[in-house]
Amino acid sequence: MADTPAIELRGLTRHFGERTALRDVSVQVAAGATLAVLGRNGAGKSTLLRILATLLRPHSGDAIILGEPLPRRAFAVRARIGFVAHEPLLYRDLNGRENLRYHARLRGIDDGRVERLLAAAGMDGRAEEPVRLLSQGMVQRLAVCRAVLHEPELLLLDEPRANLDPAASELLEPLIGRAAGATRVLTSHDPQAALAEADLVLGLKDGRAVFVGEPGQLSGAALKDLYA
Amino acid sequence: MRTALTVLRKDLLLELRAMETVPAMVLFAIVTFVIFHFGLNRATIEGQLAAGVLTVTLLFASMLGINRLFVAEREQGGFDAFLLAPVDRSALLVAKAAALFTFLVVLELVAVPAFGLLLLGPPLGPRLLGLIPVLALADLALAVIGTLVSAIAIQTRARDLLGPVIGLPLLIPALIATARGTGPLLAAHTSGSPPGKWLAILALYDAVFALLAYALFDFLLED
Repeated sequence: MADTPAIELRGLTRHFGERTALRDVSVQVAAGATLAVLGRNGAGKSTLLRILATLLRPHSGDAIILGEPLPRRAFAVRARIGFVAHEPLLYRDLNGRENLRYHARLRGIDDGRVERLLAAAGMDGRAEEPVRLLSQGMVQRLAVCRAVLHEPELLLLDEPRANLDPAASELLEPLIGRAAGATRVLTSHDPQAALAEADLVLGLKDGRAVFVGEPGQLSGAALKDLYA
Repeated sequence: MRTALTVLRKDLLLELRAMETVPAMVLFAIVTFVIFHFGLNRATIEGQLAAGVLTVTLLFASMLGINRLFVAEREQGGFDAFLLAPVDRSALLVAKAAALFTFLVVLELVAVPAFGLLLLGPPLGPRLLGLIPVLALADLALAVIGTLVSAIAIQTRARDLLGPVIGLPLLIPALIATARGTGPLLAAHTSGSPPGKWLAILALYDAVFALLAYALFDFLLED
């Protein structure tokens, strides 16, 4: 069981109407490892993350997450994954504490965990302010808190450090960094930062996996080509 | 049930904070009564005409709530956040229907007395007790069908149009039963209790659509 990969994708394909967002993507990620998904805008990064998050169904291929096949066992997977999406998934007219308590209650988590996370993210002093009045960086901190409320085994991080200043980024490191101890799949607008965190890299171009390997194997030219 | 209550509580809190839906529904109803007052060119109405005016006004006012029911979920990522949680998806149906039902009750707490003041000829007081079961069953129909229609419409670009276009035809039987059940209550001389036949029809209609919504709702949330 210890050797079971946290993520196993075989020939994953997903269409949106006529457009193919992901085509025949295969990759395997060991438990506890970090996969960086690189590629320019529209390469299929967010689609891949949304499939892993059980929000989209693959149209063909196999996706086995934490030993559970998708979409058949999506319900079981949801309890074990945390997703920092492009959008914060928070209600603008509720404050940070109310938002997190809502998500905690959906998952049967006590309010104490909410308070500990607010403190860990440096948001305990601003937790009573409506989300619509917070800066983007603060909203992102709350979005991270929401994603890790249930201490997920797999973290899906779509630009998790977007809008965060270095101090905030450091503050969130224990929650979403390697120190969190979870398997991670991350995308970043900064490929060098993503490479620095990664054990494995998946390079996507027009929905195809054009590179799968360790960060050291990705040449400068290949990296440049991913974003061309 | 715990999940449904959590979502309902959040929805009511959001409405209390934003005050976007219920005040608009109330204002719409009162303005419509004023329009009927001038349009019919009558100081007061009673009986079946009064029942028709009240029912149609409440139905149209409810459309405002139906159109907005899932807007926060769509625009602020609430759908994704809910779908990421390991919970029964039908809890969202129950919570949204309960929220809409609550909005309708609040609407009627203001609109029915306003109707009594602005349009109704006979005094409203003795008729109120009889109106409660009819309006409660009508609200249930509006809440269940409205939630189902809103969940369909919100997935489309023409969501503001689709709600009324799908919802109103589906609600015609409920409209007929409500108006026919309310008519005798609003007549000059009334026994004070609504006709049982129309109450039974409304209850049956509610039950059928509640089952239909329960069966369809999970499918509507799939990508």
